[in-house]
Amino acid sequence: MHKIELHKVVKRFGQNTVCDGVDLTVEKNQMVCLIGASGAGKSTLLRCINLLEPIEDGEIFLDGEDISIPGLNPQRVRAKIGMVFQNFNLFPHMTAYENAILAPRRVHGLSKLQLQSEIEALFERFELADRMHNYPDQLSGGQQQRVAIVRALAMKPEVMLFDEITSALDPQLVGDVLDVLLKLKSQGMTMVLATHEMGFARQAADKVCFLKDGKIIEEGTSKQVFDAPKKSETKAFLARALK
Amino acid sequence: MVKINNEKVLSMSKRILVATFSLALLATNALAGGHCAADKTLTQGKFTIATGNPAYFPWVLDDAPESGQGFEAAVAYAVAKEMGFAEQDVVWVRSSFDEAIQPGVKNFDVNMQQYSITAEREQVVDFSVPYYTAPMAVLVGAGATDTKPTIAALKGLKWGAVGSTTAVQKIASIIQPTNDPLLYGDNADVNAAISANQIDGAMFDLPTALFLSAVMIEGSKVIGQFPAASSDNADQFGMLMEEGNPLKACVDEALTAMINSGTLASIEAQWLQDTTGVPLIK
Amino acid sequence: MQIPKAAGMTRRERYEQKQRLKSLIIAAASTICVVAALVIIVPMTPGWEKVQKSFFNGEVLAKTFPKLLDAFTVNVMIFAWSAPAIAILGLLIALARDAKSPALFPLRIFGAAFTDVFRGVPVILTVYLIGFGIPGLGLPRPWNSPFIWGSLALVLTYSAYVAEIFRAGIDSVHPSQRAAALSLGLSERQVMRDVVLPQAIRNVVPSQMNMLIALQKDVSLLSFIGPVEIFRQAGVFKSLFANFTPYVGAAIIFLIVTIPATRYADYLMARQMRERS
Repeated sequence: MHKIELHKVVKRFGQNTVCDGVDLTVEKNQMVCLIGASGAGKSTLLRCINLLEPIEDGEIFLDGEDISIPGLNPQRVRAKIGMVFQNFNLFPHMTAYENAILAPRRVHGLSKLQLQSEIEALFERFELADRMHNYPDQLSGGQQQRVAIVRALAMKPEVMLFDEITSALDPQLVGDVLDVLLKLKSQGMTMVLATHEMGFARQAADKVCFLKDGKIIEEGTSKQVFDAPKKSETKAFLARALK
Repeated sequence: MVKINNEKVLSMSKRILVATFSLALLATNALAGGHCAADKTLTQGKFTIATGNPAYFPWVLDDAPESGQGFEAAVAYAVAKEMGFAEQDVVWVRSSFDEAIQPGVKNFDVNMQQYSITAEREQVVDFSVPYYTAPMAVLVGAGATDTKPTIAALKGLKWGAVGSTTAVQKIASIIQPTNDPLLYGDNADVNAAISANQIDGAMFDLPTALFLSAVMIEGSKVIGQFPAASSDNADQFGMLMEEGNPLKACVDEALTAMINSGTLASIEAQWLQDTTGVPLIK
Repeated sequence: MQIPKAAGMTRRERYEQKQRLKSLIIAAASTICVVAALVIIVPMTPGWEKVQKSFFNGEVLAKTFPKLLDAFTVNVMIFAWSAPAIAILGLLIALARDAKSPALFPLRIFGAAFTDVFRGVPVILTVYLIGFGIPGLGLPRPWNSPFIWGSLALVLTYSAYVAEIFRAGIDSVHPSQRAAALSLGLSERQVMRDVVLPQAIRNVVPSQMNMLIALQKDVSLLSFIGPVEIFRQAGVFKSLFANFTPYVGAAIIFLIVTIPATRYADYLMARQMRERS
């Protein structure tokens, strides 16, 4: 059974078809990287997986369960799938610590006291313990993104989705965030990333999918896609991207 | 001898001519508004009187002062006539108390709206001699009609009054109610408050109180009046004028003449209700 | 060869200091001219003496000021119980108007109708209609008090405006905040309560302060239906003394309260900004 399975997923915004019959499988503990030009549908696909966007057609399965049934309560699913965004989207009126502890308190019903040790441990694990009680606007971009990751992890998700999380960062801060991703992978997290970081994808991905115009044109291991792309579109894209 | 007679006759005719001419002049002046009021009014030859908007019964009937109907309308026309103005030379305008006391040019010669003469006001405006002495009366709503006309009983009522009238001070000094009174902008709002049972009663001059009771507020009753002449702060109505208005002398002269001749008393008898039915408050 | 610097100031600093001095002198001179013109020319107008006696009469001001202050406590009282009610009702109406679920459609309609009506009718009319109209239906005392129904009229009217401001505040929170909150598994209600509303309310504090200041003044509208607050009391004095100075006294009292209130609001905003950085 796949961890995540997308079957002929179609997503339209008005007249615009952004995801055009996408088939995708993600296995447990796997890191899948979605690459492609802007507007290819990578972000939208991720937002469909955690039900932020309802799909027009097709099915999405999580652990074999159809989570794309119209009218299904999305909360339960979203609690199992964590997401990190390009622009961090931290809650500005809360400290980093409060950002992280909010959802576990509300959704799991646990008290502040009960959660304290594990939230603090999370911040320590990602070397943010001294920044825990700062507000987002007192943190650098890289720190904010790492706090966003901690916030998502605080819900103990089974899957993590990353929507171009380094695109908005200064180059020297990117490295820290990518290190966090590697750490997560080493701890066995199932991860799906939309990314422009080709080097990272080549090094760390278990599966790479190239998207163009809402379709997966080519997929395979990172070695297959990066070193020996079969489709001309893939080649063209990689030629531009890796220049 | 004949020569001297001729001269006498000539100067006589001259004198007669001069005398006739002056008389004619005097007559024209009289036609143009009395030798007292001439050049003292807003508009030459016209007497401009301001009244309220609307003007209430029994002071003015049907809000039409030009008809001369109503106590104040009748007094106005009588004063005008006394000062030598013809009926068609009386001009009515509407004005508020504020407009009457604000600095600057006025749009009236006199303002007649049941204004009570007070020492404080006289520092800022001029009043004519009083044309009416008003007893203050207590009007209560349907729920309080069996209240006794005694100060003690009145103390316990929930009072209301029009904020700009001397009733406010009278309530405070004579009755000293246990509850703070509510104050309103005009009679209509006091009526609404009585009808809504937000206040038990209000104080008005007696004619106004009788009118409101008869016509405006169902089930209401005028339960008592304060003796007008005997209390030291009896309410006397005067015509309000700009401070230092030279017309005051003429108006006072006219009113005094009317008082002495009994004209004023007969106007009062004609327009203001007989008040003997209303008990005195002890 | 390097030009030796004067001890202390650089060339640039000296220039800027000279410029500052120049600006200061020009500003002072022009202010003095304007004030002098006012102080000299205004009293030369023909009506000044009368206006002064009528509006700026020191004797009347002294006599009436204590009782005006007293009457102002009525304004403060009415404000004190109306403002919280307005904040709460305004927020509820804003949420009603934004209700998304179809079952709550009547609530949306109600919210829209509410804001349309109470923003459309002049406040004084609402005060009259509710302040006299509802008690007139036959309520017993003390339930027919003009304080209750007049305050209600104010609350209904101001809630409509406050609700629209809250809605604008809610709209101003970027949708990505909602997306992030939802992606954590929070329910729509939790998202609104914990993420969107706190930001929305903070965003609109300045606008709501404006509403509060307007409310402080509109409390005087209750004077038309009975309560003896400062405007009515000033009117009684105006009638008693045939002088407008009591109104000037009332204006002074209002300013004594509203100016510090505005400055305090500014201070709160600035402090909030500082705490965050």
